[in-house]
Amino acid sequence: MTRQLKLLEHALAGLLRRKYKNLSLLVVYAFTVATLGSVLFLTHALKAEAIGSLAEAPDLVVQRLVAGRHDLIPTDYVVSIRALPGVKKVTPRVWGYYYDALLRANFTLMGFSDEPQDLELLEGRLPGAPYECAVGNGVIEVFGAEIGDMLVLLDSREQNQLYEITGRFKAASSLLTNDLIVMQENTLRDFFAMDRKLATDIAVEVYNPREINTLAKKIRSHLPGTRPITRSEILHTYDTIFNWRSGMMLAVMVAALIAFCILAWDKATGISADEKREIGILKAVGWETADVLAVKFWEGLAISLSAFLIGLTAAWVHVFTLGAPALTPILKGWSVLFPTFALVPVVDLYQLFVLAFLTIAPYLACTLIPSWKAAVTDPEQVMRN
Amino acid sequence: MILHPGILALLVGSLLTLLLMLKACWLGMQIVSRWDNTSSSETQLQLERKTWLVSTLLNYALGFQILSGVLYLYTLEDIHRLFVGAMCATGALNANQVGWLVLAIKVILFFIAALWVALNRLDQRTEDTPLIRPKYLALMLITPLVAFDLYLQFSYFAGLRPEIITSCCGSLFSEQGASVASELVGIPALKMMEVFFAIIGVFFVLLIACYFSRAALLRSLLFVAALLTFFASLGAVVSFVSLYIYQMPSHHCPFDMLQGHYNFIGYPLYAGLFVGTLFGLLPGLCQPLRRHPSLRREIDQLEKRWLWLALLGMLTFLLISAWPMLFGSFILLGY
Repeated sequence: MTRQLKLLEHALAGLLRRKYKNLSLLVVYAFTVATLGSVLFLTHALKAEAIGSLAEAPDLVVQRLVAGRHDLIPTDYVVSIRALPGVKKVTPRVWGYYYDALLRANFTLMGFSDEPQDLELLEGRLPGAPYECAVGNGVIEVFGAEIGDMLVLLDSREQNQLYEITGRFKAASSLLTNDLIVMQENTLRDFFAMDRKLATDIAVEVYNPREINTLAKKIRSHLPGTRPITRSEILHTYDTIFNWRSGMMLAVMVAALIAFCILAWDKATGISADEKREIGILKAVGWETADVLAVKFWEGLAISLSAFLIGLTAAWVHVFTLGAPALTPILKGWSVLFPTFALVPVVDLYQLFVLAFLTIAPYLACTLIPSWKAAVTDPEQVMRN
Repeated sequence: MILHPGILALLVGSLLTLLLMLKACWLGMQIVSRWDNTSSSETQLQLERKTWLVSTLLNYALGFQILSGVLYLYTLEDIHRLFVGAMCATGALNANQVGWLVLAIKVILFFIAALWVALNRLDQRTEDTPLIRPKYLALMLITPLVAFDLYLQFSYFAGLRPEIITSCCGSLFSEQGASVASELVGIPALKMMEVFFAIIGVFFVLLIACYFSRAALLRSLLFVAALLTFFASLGAVVSFVSLYIYQMPSHHCPFDMLQGHYNFIGYPLYAGLFVGTLFGLLPGLCQPLRRHPSLRREIDQLEKRWLWLALLGMLTFLLISAWPMLFGSFILLGY
């Protein structure tokens, strides 16, 4: 134990003596870790964000399909679904997207009919009258508005409509309400010019979670032309998509990883005459090959761990403080028209483990043969040169 | 399913291990074919230097193998959510035929590689290195196994179809069914406890006996006892240790305990078992090597330490598994 600690001390002192050579390697190494780490952090945060916001989603959403495309669903369907045993609550939902050409941002407009839904308000109240609305933080920021101000939106007849902001949402997860504008259902129908007998989709809540799939099948057979989507299906899809996306990015970055390995190999092979002399002298005074190898191992580990920590910190700052400017266009996908939102920092042990395995293992593997070459140096030959 | 970060890391790790092993194997062949202990030629000197490279390669390969085993289980935990009906790593393993085989190969590889590294250490401490030939011939057996591991891992992950409904651990480790797992669960817990504690007791008695006596027979018995203890312990984990850890009379999964909400207790538990078994195997395995006088000296020196490590590992395992039985609030055995 003390022997290994002494060897570690020697290795660290050696690294410090050759600090410029090691510094350049450290920078590249840390950069590689930071790049790969950013991908992992960002996808994980987006995944956590999606899962968090779906926790409150309805058990089952029923859509209508016409010619394979999503269409508005007749509100009569609510009665047939409510009649199925095991169904707790059926709500027709009216919602849609609104693109603001001036701000170049997409908003989600949502109507609510009877009682206030489970949306936690930060301040203010839910709209109680027509031409009132409650909005998410992103909307407030983009418009630069306050509660009590008027929001101007262009309805489907290209007419300006004024809505008074009565509330501003808070959400544990900003992805949920950031771009949301909530108003009364009838106001929204007027805005979209939507038939009173139609809704965007129908949300179904089920008493027993084990019956969700059975109910989905029943709804399909009772109401042909509908598409029931369960919450777990959406969760799986998100999980798969984000895994796939980050895997894809990592696969692309394998090239960078290989380039880094070549650099590490090169740096490790080109040991200076000084270093050779040092090893020669050490061996002449009685060091064994195993000792030199151990020193080399500690050197590699010290560089790896420092680079890993620096890279990790850089990735953290890049993703959670700066909002991952280099990666969001690729990984978020739909976000081009989306107001920015702050990612909730989520990092788990598994991400770190994967990252360490992807970066440290290749580095150690490719410095192995060069360090052996250095370790078997013949003292006599080196000192004679 | 290949494009999952964890799976990519696993495949990269296995590929690296294979490359290291191929290099080691190639060097090993050179060494075996040209080794001449009596010669003091340039070639012999080169070969002697190469033995250092081979042992370093193997040390790294073993390290990667251990980490990749942990990462494999961790990845299974992570991807189980993608499978309908899977509730833990067992569900992900059941998603396709190969998963269990990969796990078994990883365990076998761990033991073989660790024994190789231990014997290599022993051999390198001597002047005449009598084990040089068998050691490097063994490499030719380990390398195909590593390649097989990589191939199986690839085909397991490539064959994963996330939409398949898999059985969760609740149905694999339940009392109906004909698999080994359900046989284990089917044995009454009390009977399994008797068997397990008897075997592990014998193991401890033999350990202590080996510490004070030099009899060859004791070491062979310890070898057998270590193997038996390993399998009995795995059986015990499925049969009753898991029940106490989860405090649930029907939950037999051996992987859930690796998760965070059981405080990762599975890691020290399995680490103790693996270390205990490994060092329990070593004295028996080294017994035939004592006929080399140089090795005998080294074995005598190291053996006490192995016995201590075996004792420590097994005690860790025993303590962690017996703790909730003795002090936990869960009562499994009726009145």
